[in-house]
Amino acid sequence: MTRDDTNRSGTDRRHFLKCMTWAGTAMVWSVAGGIPRSRLIGSAEAATTAGFNFVQISDSHLGFDKPANPNTTATLQEALNDVAALPGAPAFMIHTGDITHLSKPAQFDTAQQLMGQAKLTIHTVPGEHDILEEDGKSYLNRFGKGTKGDGWYSFNAGGVHFIGLVNVVNLKGNGLGDLGHEQLEWLEGDVKGLSASTPIVVFAHVPLWLVYQDWGWGTADGAQALSYLKKFGSVTVLNGHIHQVLQKVEGHVAFHTARSTAFPQPAPGTAKGPGPMAVPAGELKQYLGIARVSLVSSQAPLAIVDTPLAA
Amino acid sequence: MSDVLQPGRLARRVVLRRALGAGVGGVIAAVGMRVSRADDGTKVVIGNFAFVPPLLRVKAGTTVTWVNRDDIPHSIVCPPLSVHSHPMDSDESFTFRFEKAGVYNYVCGLHPFMHGQVVVSA
Repeated sequence: MTRDDTNRSGTDRRHFLKCMTWAGTAMVWSVAGGIPRSRLIGSAEAATTAGFNFVQISDSHLGFDKPANPNTTATLQEALNDVAALPGAPAFMIHTGDITHLSKPAQFDTAQQLMGQAKLTIHTVPGEHDILEEDGKSYLNRFGKGTKGDGWYSFNAGGVHFIGLVNVVNLKGNGLGDLGHEQLEWLEGDVKGLSASTPIVVFAHVPLWLVYQDWGWGTADGAQALSYLKKFGSVTVLNGHIHQVLQKVEGHVAFHTARSTAFPQPAPGTAKGPGPMAVPAGELKQYLGIARVSLVSSQAPLAIVDTPLAA
Repeated sequence: MSDVLQPGRLARRVVLRRALGAGVGGVIAAVGMRVSRADDGTKVVIGNFAFVPPLLRVKAGTTVTWVNRDDIPHSIVCPPLSVHSHPMDSDESFTFRFEKAGVYNYVCGLHPFMHGQVVVSA
C-alpha cells in the first residue's frame, strides 16, 4: 500500500473492495520510519526473514464441520506445519481468537494439543466463539493465565511492546466489538511510561477499525484505544474475525486482518450475511493461511507476510 | 382390451381413478395441515444472519421456538426478560414462553446486529 492508497478522510466501501483485491494474495507489508508501504510477495520476502519475527494465526473454529470446511482440525494442523517450515524459527505465535467454534472442552483440548506441538510460546486473545460457555472461564482457565480482566495483557519482546486486547465480551447493539472502560483505563496506564520510539503491536479479535458496520466488523470504542497510542511512531494492529486479509494505513498506524485457518468469509457487503463462504473444491486452501510479522530493526520495518495454505 | 368394448370395466376404472384422485388430494391436504401446524405463528427461523419473521405477534402464554438454519451458531438475548439462550448450533432450537403482554426486542448474542421483535397481546 503506497501513501497514495491511504484513505485519510475516512473509510468507505469502495476502498475496502479495492483492498479486497489482495485477498488470497501473499504480500509483504512494512512500516519504515512511519511511512507504510507494501509489496507483493517476492524479492521482499527474503529480506524479512532476518531479525525478530513472529507468526499470527487466527479463527481456527475447531469443532466447525460444515461444508465450507468439514475438517478444521486438519487445516489448523496444516497451518502449524507451515509455521514449522518457516526459515528461521519465529519468536512466538499469536492466535487472534475464535480458537474454537463453540467453546467446548474437547475443542479447547484439540487446540492445546495441536498448538502445543508447535513448541512455540503462544499468545492468544479470545474471539466471541471462545467465551460461549461459563462466562468465558473455559477460555481463561486454559489461555488466560497471568492476564487481567477478561484476558487482556501486555509484554515486551524484540524491542516491541505487545498488547493483547479483548473486544468480544460486551458486543454492542449494532454488533460492534467493545473494549470497555476498565480495559481502556488499563491500556492508557500500560503505555504511559513507554518512549514514543517503542514499536507497538496491538492484537485483538474483532478489527479495532471500522471495516463494515452492517456486519459489526469494527470496535465501538476502538478509536479511544488508538488515541492512547498517538505518540508512538510505529503502531501495528493485528486482528482476525473477518476471515480475510484487509489492510489499511492511517498516519503511523497500520491495520491488518488475518486469514482464518478454517473457512473464508465474504467480502464486506457482498453477501446477505457474514456466514462461512463455500468455495469450489480444491480452492479452500487459497483462502486460509498464516501471517508472519518481522521487525528488521527497532528503527524500521515491521513487515507482514501473509501466506495462504496453498502457496 | 378397449374401454369402448368393456363399458363396465371403464366405469370401474373411472371410479378407481376418482378414488385414487381423492386419496392423493387427501394426502396433499394432510401435508398442508402438517405444514400449517408447524408454522402456526410461533416459530422464528434463523437464516443468513436474519430472524424470519423479524416481527412475530403472539398471544400471552404462547411458547415461541427459534430454529437456527445457519452454519454459524446464534443465540437469543432479550434483556428485559433476562433471556440469554445457549448458543444454538446448526439446526438446534430454543423455546421461550411469553407470559405477559408487551413489545419485546431481542438480538443474537453473537451477532447483535441481528434484530428481532415479539409483540405479545393479552
